[in-house]
This record gives sequence, structure tokens and C-alpha cells, in this order.
Amino acid sequence: MRHLLSTKALTRDEAIGLLDIAEDMAAVQEREVKKLPTLRGKTVVNLFFEDSTRTRISFEAAAKRLSADVINFSAKGSSVSKGESLKDTAQTLQAMGADGVVIRHPASGAPHLLATSGWIDAGVVNAGDGTHEHPTQALLDAFTMRRRIHGAAARGKGLDGIRVVIVGDILHSRVARSNVWLLETLGAETTLVAPPTLVPVDTAGWPAQISHDLDASLAEHPDVVMMLRIQAERMHGAFFPDSREYSRLWGLDDGRFAQLPATTMVMHPGPMNRGLEIAAAAADSPQSTVREQVANGVSVRMAALYLLLSGGLD
Amino acid sequence: MAATIIRGATLPDGTRADLKLEGGLIAEVGSIAGASGAETIDADGLIALPGLVDLHTHLREPGYEASETILTGTQAAAAGGYTAVFAMANTYPVADTAGVVEQEARIGRAAGYATVQPIGAVTVGLKGERLAEIGAMAASQANVRVFSDDGFCVFDPLLMRRALEYVKAFDGVVAQHAQEPRLTQGAQMNEGALSGELGLAGWPAVAEESIIARDVLLAEHVGSRLHICHLSTAGSVEVVRWAKARGIAVTAEVTPHHLLLTEDLIAGYDARFKVNPPLRTAEDVQALREAVADGTIDIVATDHAPHPLEAKEVEWDAAANGMVGLESALSVVQAALVEPGHLDWAGVARVMSATPARIGRLAGQGADLVAGVPAELTLVDPAASREFGLGDLRGRSVNSPYLGRTLPGAVVHTFHQGYATVRDGALRPADEIAALAAGSER
Repeated sequence: MRHLLSTKALTRDEAIGLLDIAEDMAAVQEREVKKLPTLRGKTVVNLFFEDSTRTRISFEAAAKRLSADVINFSAKGSSVSKGESLKDTAQTLQAMGADGVVIRHPASGAPHLLATSGWIDAGVVNAGDGTHEHPTQALLDAFTMRRRIHGAAARGKGLDGIRVVIVGDILHSRVARSNVWLLETLGAETTLVAPPTLVPVDTAGWPAQISHDLDASLAEHPDVVMMLRIQAERMHGAFFPDSREYSRLWGLDDGRFAQLPATTMVMHPGPMNRGLEIAAAAADSPQSTVREQVANGVSVRMAALYLLLSGGLD
Repeated sequence: MAATIIRGATLPDGTRADLKLEGGLIAEVGSIAGASGAETIDADGLIALPGLVDLHTHLREPGYEASETILTGTQAAAAGGYTAVFAMANTYPVADTAGVVEQEARIGRAAGYATVQPIGAVTVGLKGERLAEIGAMAASQANVRVFSDDGFCVFDPLLMRRALEYVKAFDGVVAQHAQEPRLTQGAQMNEGALSGELGLAGWPAVAEESIIARDVLLAEHVGSRLHICHLSTAGSVEVVRWAKARGIAVTAEVTPHHLLLTEDLIAGYDARFKVNPPLRTAEDVQALREAVADGTIDIVATDHAPHPLEAKEVEWDAAANGMVGLESALSVVQAALVEPGHLDWAGVARVMSATPARIGRLAGQGADLVAGVPAELTLVDPAASREFGLGDLRGRSVNSPYLGRTLPGAVVHTFHQGYATVRDGALRPADEIAALAAGSER
């Protein structure tokens, strides 16, 4: 695997192969010495044009546990904020000998540009681009689902027949897009629940059902309910009237949570708006996978960096 | 200047004839005996078209000479078979006063590759707040008849009404860039299935169609001429078709790229394909081609929009909108309209020369190739085929979406004011052309 830019481009074998390597990485995390020598002498640059402490430290931990040297390059406080182009930044990293670049960028397609422009030879991991994709988030979500369902027997398995409901701002969500493609590839059935204003105008080609009725979707007792972070600023764009109405219609509140079977997983990519899209009772319940998602994120990102920088799964 | 005899050219109507150019005019058309001292051009297999007229060109001068100048832009025009270009007003300073438009026309005349007919801004600074000095520009030596805020929509409905009314005093026309600004805030590509997948903010067809619908009704109400720039959707075609059936004085243009290219080229986030209005779907392309064929769309205009490399070698959201198009337009029209049978060469002469000259009230251009008209013509080899490359671009910028694509046809000779600006496929040098232009002014 040369780059990891999207889940749409992943085959089932590639996706399951990556999740299986993540299982190996997770096993290492349970050892007293959590570090592997695999990427010793390699340099990984975390190139973040958007603030995201959670994603950055997850990638940083993943790279360090593989013994790579890590350089954090934040657009804030760098020459980028003085108007340096992506091209010049890329060529600077190339001159410094970066082997891998983990890029988070507000513009959709920026990682694709970096990977295909010829400006840099490094492997590129998309750590979230605009409203396009966030592939490692979807992979860690799939990893989390697979572990909860199959436990120690997860290796080699997909998510066939698993029913997943994703709730929230689908229109602006790179997490939702990456999940939709990956869940389809792994055999799951996806329903997207959102107000009509927060769904793209044409989703006919998406392998997902679209619903505007959260109660009806939850009444079908899905295996997974994934709540997306809602940005309260969206109300200024007339996407919904106010946060109270959003919460009442599309929030996982105490009443809705109580209706769910005890086997339904409650997921959230974080950071959560407690009391807005998710109630505390749901977030803190044993059904919640929020903390597992964070831990699994490191394992999945170790697997991704391992595959890109040591040339596996070609 | 010695006479030129063009032997055996195929005229747009399919007949073959010799043409004699003398004293800046087409002196004779028919079977012409050899004349001593006349230069002879063998035009066997070549189609003679009236010199092409582009109603929508961005020449970038004054103000953005890193992208294009009047000289380099008209060189690109000549290479593409054009003998006249209408220069859009979004320069710096904006072409909203008589001084700027006169300067543009004068520089164009001195360069000598093509007639430069300035377009005046509708509103001061293109800001959409108050009318520019339309009367002063109309009465200036630049003789402006087309007014446009292109790049921006004249969105305020009252201001648009007033502009439509006001230009009537000068037999002018308002060329509208139809884009509802609120519906296209931050828009990056055509809104549809692909924009949702790529995560790029959508530019919905309704944002164009709703403005066209409003403006044809305004034009009807006040009895004015309206021209729609770069129409790009099937729905816009329906609105214009309806308006023409009602007898509203609306004309419409389409760009070559909207006749050939579709939005799926954007999947690789290559900003060469970023343009405003955006590339649309295959269904839109088909509707636009049929609309040219049935006359709903009157003309093809390039929207030639040069940008320096650094404006395109960036992430999609940050990239500039626009493509260069003068050098490739005729080949694209051949591929999109002639080869599929939507248009014959007489139709090409109509939509790329005669009608744009008439809409823009530009005398001396777009005339049928008959004795007595100014010698403004181009000779095209329709049997040629080439991989379009950097060597085909003659302007200052290289943001062409066709690089690497095989296109039919080639411009072999172009004549402006009776002298060749392009001979045997090669642009003639700037100093020679400037001298010829100075000579023809005397």
C-alpha cells in the first residue's frame, strides 16, 4: 500500500488485512514494553492544517510505538500561516527526508493532491480532508465493531450483516463518508439519519439508506448506533432552527437510549457534545465504545503506518 | 501591400472558390486568374471561415499582466482563428470608465493581431452597487455596446432592471453572469452525486436557472436586450427556449468546455478543471449541444480565463476558476458539434463569427466571405488531428483542460485587416504584425 487516502479505494482484502495487522498491534499494546522497532530510522511528519489534538496525538503515539521519528508540523505558527503554498511545504518536507506524511487539511482532496503531485515521495495518510474522507477513523470504527462482535476470533472477518445507524451532519462529515464506503466493503448495512438539510442532495449512489426519522431507525434495533458531532454553528446556515430542536429530533437522549437493546453499541468519533447529540447516560454506558475507539485508533494507525512505510500488503 | 490569392478554399456552404485579398478587403471571390505579384496560398482541403469573434475573453490587461496581456491574448486569439475578441471588464482598474476601455482598444490596435473590443462594467468596480458610466463608455472611441460584470452576477434585481433599461439608449446589451450568490456561497463544483462523494461544496443548477428566469422576465418587462454568458445547464436551456418562444430579446452563449467536458474529470482534484460555472453532467452537455443545433443557444464564446501556474497548483478550494480556451475553441467545437452532426461549417461560421459580431454590434467582423467585405478570415484544416500540447498554447498562461487530449482540426492561416497573423500554422512575429497594423491604420 503506497498511500491511504480514502476508504472508497480499499478492497475487502486490503481492509481486512489492515484490521488484522491492527489486531497484532493491539496485542503489542497489552505488553509491558509497547514499542516495536519496525520503523526505526523512518521519519513521519504530522502535517496539520487544522487543529485536531486528538487525531494528532493518536498518530504521534502510533508512529512512536513503531520507533519512527515524529515531526509535528502545525500550520498555525508556521510559514503556512504566512501564505506558503502546499507545494512549498511539501517540497520542504521532501528536502528534510520525510518517509511518511500524515495530513489533516480543511480542503477536500488536499491529501490526494499531495500524493499525486510529484512534489514529495513520501507515503501519504489522509487524517481528514475537508468534508471528503477520514479513512483511519472509519477503520478504527470498523475495528471496534469487529472486536466487540467477534472478540478474540475477529481476525479475517468482515462485518457481514451488521446493521449500522449513523446519525447527524452527514453533509459535512468526512467520518460518515469514510464509514459508508468501508461498511459496504465489509458487508454491513448502513442507514444514515439526519435532517434533510444535512444530507447531500443526491445520495442515490451511496450504499446506504437515508432516513429522517431517528425513532423509526432505532426501533429496528440496529447493532450499532454511531452519533456524529453536530456543530452548533450550523444553525446559522439555516440547517436547523436551534440546538434544542436538533437534540429533540436527532439526539440520542435518555429516552431513546433506554429503548435500545443492551447489545447495541453506541459509538461516537469524539469530541462529544454531551446533552446535544448524545446524553451522558448513553455516552457513559457499558454499550458506549467511545474510549475503546480512542485506544483502537492507535492500533489502527500503527497498522496503516506499518503498511505504508514497510511496504506490506502490495 | 501585395494582393494575396487563396486558391481552392472550401467556403462554409461547401462550395469551392478562390479568394483575392487586396487593400484590406476581400476583393474578389470565385475563379480568379493568376495575377503577377500576388502571393498565392494553396487552400486545397481547407475551409475558409469568416474570422472568429469571441464575445467573452479575459485579456487581464491592465492589472494582471502575469496571466495575460492584450498582446499575448490576441496572439492566442489569432492562433485559434479569431480576428476579434471582446475583452471582459474585470481588469485592474476595472473597465468602468471611458479611459480604461479606450486604452484597451488602443493597445489592441497597436498590437495588430485582432480587433480588441472592450466590454464595459455594468456597475462601478463590479461591486453591484451603482451603475458605471455606461453612456461615457458607449460614446468613447472604444464604442462600447456590451456591458457585463462577468465574474459576478448583477444580483440586485432593481439594479439589473435599471441596467437593462439604461443600455437601451445606446443600443447596448447587458451580458449577465447568471449566478445566485447566496445559493453558491463557497461553491466548488456542480452540485450532485459527485460533489457529495468528493466532499466539495455544490454549485446547484438552480442558482443559474433562477437568475436567467428572473432576467428574461425583466428584459421582457422593460423591452431590453439581454445576453446570457456561459450557459451551463439543461434547465437553463429550457428557460431560454421558453423566453425565445415568447419573443423576449435574449441571446445565449455556451463555452467550448461546457460542450465537451463533464464533471467526472474533477474526481482527481486537478484544478485545471475548476471553472465557473462548473463542469456539469453528460446530460447537460447533450442538452447544450442540441440547444446550439436548434438555435436556442446563439453563440459559442470561450470565456478564455488565463491564470498563472501558482493559482492552479494548489488544493481545489484555493484554486482559481477558469481555463484558457482561445487556441482550442474551434477544435473543441469541431469535436463537440460538427463531428456528431449538430452543426455544419456554415453553422460554425454563424455561432462563432456572424452572431457574436451582431450581438456585440461590432462592424467589420463576422461578414460572409463575399467581395467587398473586410478581409477577416481564417483557413482551417478539418482533417488534421493532434494531441493538444503546450506548443499549441500561444497566450501567457497554460491552464488548458485539453493538454494531452487528441483534438481534431487545426487553424492553418488567419487574416486580420488583410494581412496574415498566422501563416502555415505559425504565428507571425509581433514586430511584423505591429508594423502591418500601423500601415493599415494609415
